[in-house]
Amino acid sequence: MAATKGLAEQLPPLSPQEALVEANRCLFCYDAPCTHACPTHIDIPRFIKKISTDNLIGSARTILEANLLGATCARVCPVQELCEGACVLGHDHNPIMIGRLQRYAMDHVSGKDVVKRAPQNGRSVAVIGSGPAGLSCAGELARRGHSVTIFEKRPLGGGLSTYGIIALREPIEASLEEVRMIESLGVHIETGAELGLNLTLEDLRKRFDAIFLSPGLGATQVMGIPGEELIVDGLDYIEQSKLNPSGMCIGRNVLVIGAGNTAIDCATVAKRLGADQVTMIYRRSEHEMSAYPHEYDFVKKEGVEFRFLTQPVRVLSDGGRVTGLACVHMELGEPDSSGRRSAQPAGNGEFVIPADQIVKAVGQQKPPLAQMLGLEVDRGFIKVNTDLETSLTGVFAGGDCIRAKNSASTVMAVQDGKLAAAAIHLRLNTGNTNG
Amino acid sequence: MADLSINFAGIRSPNPFWLASAPPANSGAQIHRAFEAGWGGAVWKTIGPPVLNVSNRYGAWHHGGQRMLGINNVELISDRPLDVNLREIADVKRAWPDRAVLVSAMVESKPESWHDIIRQIEDTGADGIELNYGCPHGMSERGMGAAVGQVPEYCEQITRWVMEAAHIPVIVKLTPNITNIVSPARAAVAAGANALSLINTLNSITGVDLDTLEISPNIGGKGGHGGYAGPAVKPIALNMLAALGSDDVVHGSRLPISAMGGITTWKDAAEFLLLGASSLQVCTAVMHYGYRIVEDLCDGLSNWMDAKGFRTIPEVTARSLGRISDFKDLDLSFRAVARIDSRKCIQCNLCYVACNDTAHQCIDLIDAKGNLVQPYSYAVSSNGKQEATETRPNPRVREVDCVGCRLCYNICPVDQCISMVEVPSGREPVTWDQLVKSRPEVTEDWEAMEKYRREAGIHVH
Repeated sequence: MAATKGLAEQLPPLSPQEALVEANRCLFCYDAPCTHACPTHIDIPRFIKKISTDNLIGSARTILEANLLGATCARVCPVQELCEGACVLGHDHNPIMIGRLQRYAMDHVSGKDVVKRAPQNGRSVAVIGSGPAGLSCAGELARRGHSVTIFEKRPLGGGLSTYGIIALREPIEASLEEVRMIESLGVHIETGAELGLNLTLEDLRKRFDAIFLSPGLGATQVMGIPGEELIVDGLDYIEQSKLNPSGMCIGRNVLVIGAGNTAIDCATVAKRLGADQVTMIYRRSEHEMSAYPHEYDFVKKEGVEFRFLTQPVRVLSDGGRVTGLACVHMELGEPDSSGRRSAQPAGNGEFVIPADQIVKAVGQQKPPLAQMLGLEVDRGFIKVNTDLETSLTGVFAGGDCIRAKNSASTVMAVQDGKLAAAAIHLRLNTGNTNG
Repeated sequence: MADLSINFAGIRSPNPFWLASAPPANSGAQIHRAFEAGWGGAVWKTIGPPVLNVSNRYGAWHHGGQRMLGINNVELISDRPLDVNLREIADVKRAWPDRAVLVSAMVESKPESWHDIIRQIEDTGADGIELNYGCPHGMSERGMGAAVGQVPEYCEQITRWVMEAAHIPVIVKLTPNITNIVSPARAAVAAGANALSLINTLNSITGVDLDTLEISPNIGGKGGHGGYAGPAVKPIALNMLAALGSDDVVHGSRLPISAMGGITTWKDAAEFLLLGASSLQVCTAVMHYGYRIVEDLCDGLSNWMDAKGFRTIPEVTARSLGRISDFKDLDLSFRAVARIDSRKCIQCNLCYVACNDTAHQCIDLIDAKGNLVQPYSYAVSSNGKQEATETRPNPRVREVDCVGCRLCYNICPVDQCISMVEVPSGREPVTWDQLVKSRPEVTEDWEAMEKYRREAGIHVH
């Protein structure tokens, strides 16, 4: 049954009538908590009131003033933890559907270029990576008249929005439209360009007045268990589900290792694209999961099962085909450096979970660029000051690559890009460039 | 259980709710259904000379997602032939002897025209006649409706002609499109009318279409003023009703008043009764929701009367009228201040901005540690529901500076979160009228006023 649902966008757009009724429900709070809770501090009551007065262009511009990736954020933000979670109507009513109203306003201006750029000011900035942080920074700089080139190693722009957010939440078209909108501001995107492969930092520092690094994180971490080469990489799994869902190989009995939001997405893909049984394997308990509670609830309703306190030790295979995963039972111990209780083997031997496909989503490696460029790091992430400037003067960074604390998210990356752009703009305008 | 029946100028009705003379009371078939639904009476849509109607006829004012808070119309009096109306009136009255069947009429301003129509109405067996002196569009251009109601002398003259011929109770319906509603009411009293009713509709233009730039509603590229009614006019109607009750001549005549103007719920109905109405007429709410609303009008009113210990409608009528006062007789020493119930407050902080931008800047924002904070004082790096909700300041009234304007109370979206609390002012009661008499200089000279304020301990921010 679930298989027939596919990966079509989960929430339909609001109809004009639904949007109007919902917009009119907003109280128009003063110094509103939803705006505070939003990492980009979108003036939410203002954009909602503009929906209620039939001023949709004004509404979209209000969003874009604070967040150029308003269309993506409307779809992928964990609104329960942010704006909607802070809505004053949440006390004893339902909070306003802020995310869906934002999408309503942003859909209205899709394909229309409502953000204007300033005349070129002769300064140039290079941006590494076209994910949310890179696009946000590039767009904010272009708006202020800077000439911006984004260097993107992949064939398509958009980073995680294009490749890593399951279509259920954001179809690839929405991400690519956002990339196009940023390009319409005069931003040039050079694809197939990768720092360390066909680009050097030295060269970029000569050609550009400032640099913004937003490369994201590295590959999925290595678990170091026998047979790991037979395990499918979760990020690849999601990428294929977006680029070529009909050509994907989906097992009948799929195990997903990990319990973060990416693991949940992998389990959702497997379930929606035809797996009979999907089980998530996590070495700690449900209290230590890093997935958002609403994501956990969602995937349980999809029919995904969970094996907690279970640690994979070996992939079982027959002639190169996965047949199962050998695991051991775990028990919880003292909190580790992340503050979550650690897990240790319970010491009662191995057991086997049969499977014909195993997917791992156990977190990504720290940004490899940090080491390659010799940047100072904080717990492996690129270290930046309050201006988001790295240890190299004139080289700024943002997005997942700097997120040493707290969970990474698209909207945090967008805010990084915005703050870095403001700092770069100030720096270039005061003439103190590149040290 | 309360007795809702009324005897209005001799017209009996099982409850005080009558359909007003308007589209819901346009035909016998409609009024049959209304009576089946429980309406106590109906004032037949105005009968009179031949007319032709236009389309579109109804405009509406919507606000905040709520439809038709006000309706405007350019529909004329009944466009059905007079004999058809008269026949159906007779049929309805025969079928419903316990209900009040009244007929609204409007004819040319000639004694014989009025005498004829009165005779024809009485021949139907109807219980009463309402004189339509209020229709503000179309008919007024032909010298009828508001063209009569706006000139007290015409009002009196025509009412006299009617009273010469009438044997059943005659109600004069007043137009609100006049500077002082008391003048035509006194004219009706002088002419010997049996009762008054108010208000008819107000002159209005509901809007302009922002795509076509046409007047809304559009009548072949044109539009014009129409009669305005519905929930939006209720406060105007209440004021005019109270004005009649406060006038010595009108009040002294003891003519009963049938009131209307935006009555939508039993609460509205109770308020009209309290300010002097003895019967109630409803139109817009029926146009919006149908005849079925009468059930809750009766049920809610009855339950409220039971809770308050009122047994009959006459016990309710005019109960609050004595509290209507001119400004000059209000106690200047009465003091109320706003108090916010922090347990009910949802921290929308609308009270803060209302007080700060409009009123007297006496609501502060206080953080969890009790410190005074400014709005928007969180760091740009602060986000997430936890930080946003846990650090959100609470609004608090500085009572010493609160003038009791009641703006915050009015805008607070949470029921009973803000209350206006009476506090001792420490001053002897005094009215402006008393000041004019005892200390006239205070009312004429700013220096004297300042001196008086210092003496009395009045601090104006």
